[in-house]
Amino acid sequence: MVAQNIAFGIIAVIMVVGALRVVTVNNVVHAALWLVLVLAGAAAQYILLTAEFVAVTQVLVYIGAVMVLFLFGTMLTRAQLGKEKLLNNPTWYLGIPASLLLLGVMILALISSFGDEKLPTDSELVSTQAISDQIFGPYLLPFWALSFVLLVAVIGAIVLARKD
Amino acid sequence: MLVNQFLILAAVLFCIGVYGVIARRNAVMVLMSIELILNSVNINFLAFALRNGSVDGHVFALYIIAVAAAEVGVGLALVLLVYRNRKSIALDELSEMKG
Amino acid sequence: MFAEASTVADKALSSGWFLEHAFIIPIIPAVAFALIIFFGKKLPMKGSELGILSMLASLVFSVGAALQWISRVNGAAKEQYVEPVIRSWTWWDSGGFEFGIGQHIDGLSLTILVVVAFISSLVQIYSLEYLRGDRRYTHFFASLTLFSAGMLNMVVAENMIQLILGWEIMGLCSFMLIGHWWEEGANSRAALKAFFTTRTGDIGLLVGTSVLFFSANSWTQENLGVSGFSIRGLSAWALTGDPSHAAITVGAVALFIACIGKSGQFPLHTWLPDAMAGPTPVSSLLHSSTMVVAGVFLVGRLYPVFFEGMNILGSGVNLITVIGGITIVVAAALAFVQTDIKKVLAYSTVSQLGYMMMGLGAGAWLPAVFHIFTHAFFKACLFLAAGSISHSASHHSFEMKKDMGGLRKFMPITFTTWVISTLALCGVFPFAGFFSKDEIIDNVGHNGYTVFMVVGLVGAFMTAAYMTRATYLTFFGEPRGASAGESHDDHGDAHATHDPHDAHDSHDAHASHGPHESNLLITVPLMILATLALSAGLFNATPFGKSWERMAKWVEPSSVVVEDMARASVGETRGAPSAIAAEESAHKDSVCGTSTPATGICYAPQLQHAPFKWAKGAMSVFIVLMGMLISWLISVQMYTKKSGFFVGLTSRNKVLALGYRFLVNKYYLDHLYEKVIVHGIAHPIAKAAYWVNQNILDGIVNSAGLVTRRVAGWVYRNVDQRVVDGAVNGSGAVARGTGNVLRPVQSGKVSQYGALLFAAAAVAGLVLIIVNT
Repeated sequence: MVAQNIAFGIIAVIMVVGALRVVTVNNVVHAALWLVLVLAGAAAQYILLTAEFVAVTQVLVYIGAVMVLFLFGTMLTRAQLGKEKLLNNPTWYLGIPASLLLLGVMILALISSFGDEKLPTDSELVSTQAISDQIFGPYLLPFWALSFVLLVAVIGAIVLARKD
Repeated sequence: MLVNQFLILAAVLFCIGVYGVIARRNAVMVLMSIELILNSVNINFLAFALRNGSVDGHVFALYIIAVAAAEVGVGLALVLLVYRNRKSIALDELSEMKG
Repeated sequence: MFAEASTVADKALSSGWFLEHAFIIPIIPAVAFALIIFFGKKLPMKGSELGILSMLASLVFSVGAALQWISRVNGAAKEQYVEPVIRSWTWWDSGGFEFGIGQHIDGLSLTILVVVAFISSLVQIYSLEYLRGDRRYTHFFASLTLFSAGMLNMVVAENMIQLILGWEIMGLCSFMLIGHWWEEGANSRAALKAFFTTRTGDIGLLVGTSVLFFSANSWTQENLGVSGFSIRGLSAWALTGDPSHAAITVGAVALFIACIGKSGQFPLHTWLPDAMAGPTPVSSLLHSSTMVVAGVFLVGRLYPVFFEGMNILGSGVNLITVIGGITIVVAAALAFVQTDIKKVLAYSTVSQLGYMMMGLGAGAWLPAVFHIFTHAFFKACLFLAAGSISHSASHHSFEMKKDMGGLRKFMPITFTTWVISTLALCGVFPFAGFFSKDEIIDNVGHNGYTVFMVVGLVGAFMTAAYMTRATYLTFFGEPRGASAGESHDDHGDAHATHDPHDAHDSHDAHASHGPHESNLLITVPLMILATLALSAGLFNATPFGKSWERMAKWVEPSSVVVEDMARASVGETRGAPSAIAAEESAHKDSVCGTSTPATGICYAPQLQHAPFKWAKGAMSVFIVLMGMLISWLISVQMYTKKSGFFVGLTSRNKVLALGYRFLVNKYYLDHLYEKVIVHGIAHPIAKAAYWVNQNILDGIVNSAGLVTRRVAGWVYRNVDQRVVDGAVNGSGAVARGTGNVLRPVQSGKVSQYGALLFAAAAVAGLVLIIVNT
């Protein structure tokens, strides 16, 4: 268990630093690369949480596809590849009190409701079969809805981005 | 492992994402911050799935990943459209909807 | 007591094909809607035949089911609980929750089904003539058919989800129909207003349904094996499931807010009179049997929930009666100052809906349902008569003072049907309204709501007075305006440009000569409805003795305790009830009328009926006649003899003038909603945000920069370039300075809203934490 805790600590630190860099660096491409680090860290955390299939999906979809989309977006909008002065709003400092307040409230609520409750240690990795049983069983309707959302998103993206 | 270590990590990521949404001016950066928020929610789902010994959290984490992919697709299409019309993707310059 | 209940020999209840297949009733018009939309324009009658046929088919099915229900009730033993015919299928399931769809057919739903199908059929037949040549003829019939389908679906609904489906279909169709002639701005505004006002109430429907579901689901699953959405389950849960006080109160209040919106009750009634912008057949359908009745129906359907949640019969006052009582008087007062005949009828509908709500709130369930039944006939008839007048006499004008008057000579059939319906609405003795409205007033008083009985009587007086005024203005005196043929040309011209009737006007005979009777497609529905306005009261004629109370026998659910096998098996494992539970069940005694043993469930609260006394009936008829007489005399003085005392009274007397202005402005409620609430909330916030933006957030940063720039500019201009081209540079500096001042107003708005949003969420979370600890 100690090993897991150490792993968690290291990955968590990397994720938080990466996330902070995502929202602070003055370079869109660098921010995207820092985001890759955070997403990879999240995938690692999923494995710690016995969610093997979700972790693999995270790597495939996020790091494989979404990041490419982001880089495409950056290229196509001809954002400056170097440093940019105007990446932040003039009122960027408003974000600090808002997010700190939110963080304080959430941590307060989490500590008061979960204290030092422990996660079960003897659980095995959740099998893909179990997940698919859930998706194509009780949660079939949201699955259909989601398929529809994806279809709409594809059509919407094409309609929006067409040149004519 | 404590439940809270994951939940607090998720809370921290969430708040960093919130800061990014508020502070960033570039539309692509705002979308990246939204990805941070969505990922923190996923960590929550999976932590609770492990705690409660149920698979439902995994299902919803997968759904969120799919929705996030759709969201990025449509979001970037919008960004492209805005860029084509205005040669800029600074969100604060988009004020046509102002009443 | 339970033993006693079981000694009564329960007979097997009869059923029948129509009863078992009542779920088909809403499906027929829904299918017809799809057919009209896709193929309507290619059909010989442009799709209207499909609409009418589907409504007639629904009517046949409804009547068949009603007859089978009557034989089911007649075949039951005395005091036996006549089970509703419930069928249910799984519509969808998700995450372990099942959402069903099906039918819940009992006396209440059959009453409304028959009324809806009947009135819809007549209204569609009437529309054949009224909308002839309209440019969206096919779409009109499609929406009308879907509208009826929505209402029928809501009425047969087995559970709340299905009910919401019908409810929302109606909301959508009312939007389409009110805005049918959307080319005119006023019509589309009225449609939007109707939609948004009812949507405001619909929030309550969603909240109430969720609250009730999460409180009731485990109980209903355990005891009845149905979900917490099912109407049967919710009824039983409210009465016998020992619901938590908070949950059922919140649920009932939330649902009632939805009913306020849909049924045009007091604070949200403003959309209903504006909904007159739609074609007259729509008003007729909307006001008599669909849409506005939906709210009343919901209260009647889930009556046990409201009964427990609002503590009906427990005290002399509750939310439903108060809202209903206020609505009666407020709307009736508004009807006096209207000059548009349809608006008089609209406010009269609002007022009559107030009667139904007040009756339901005061425990007069049966009279309220009966009033829905009778009101549908005479209100539909009144609206169709008004439409007939505008169609054939006043050239599409609804202004009583300007364009009507003296029409009784020209339109004998319209006049007769109007008078019959008016007498029925006022509640004069042998007409339908007497039996239902008087029953409400009587029972409200009988159940201890004395104040509200007086309100009801005052409302009856006012109803009689304003309806007499409208009748006088329309049918008596001398013809004025369009009816007299005056200003006919400008009127016709004005219409030719924007009225969708233009195609119809050009070939219509009445363009060449004055007012005349409408043709058969219009008068036959009028005559049928007038006959029913005359006779529908006999369905539950309490004055004539027990044997005439058919409605009470067929429609009112019995409150006896029913043994439930599922619960009986569970009951033993539950162990002995605690003292509190025993006390609770003692309390329930008064509700169900019989004790509630561990193995029993009841579905309807025990309600009493006031015994009819001729003296009371005579008193209310006397009040009504007084109202008519006084109003008649004043109308004659004011509109025909132009008596110096009455004409212009409201402008001479200050108090009256104030009251008149108050009424003409509809109590300033629209002002309140639009000017005060919308502007009041939107403007200061926008202004404050603007101010904060300009003065605090960016002011500090910007003013520093601005001062520097100004100083620099000043030095530059004055020292260096003052002589050369100071003027040119100066204007540039002004432009740049203005730009710099204005830019921060634009910039970062979205992100500031975001910051506010998240900070507010954090504060709300903090509040929740504090409240919960």
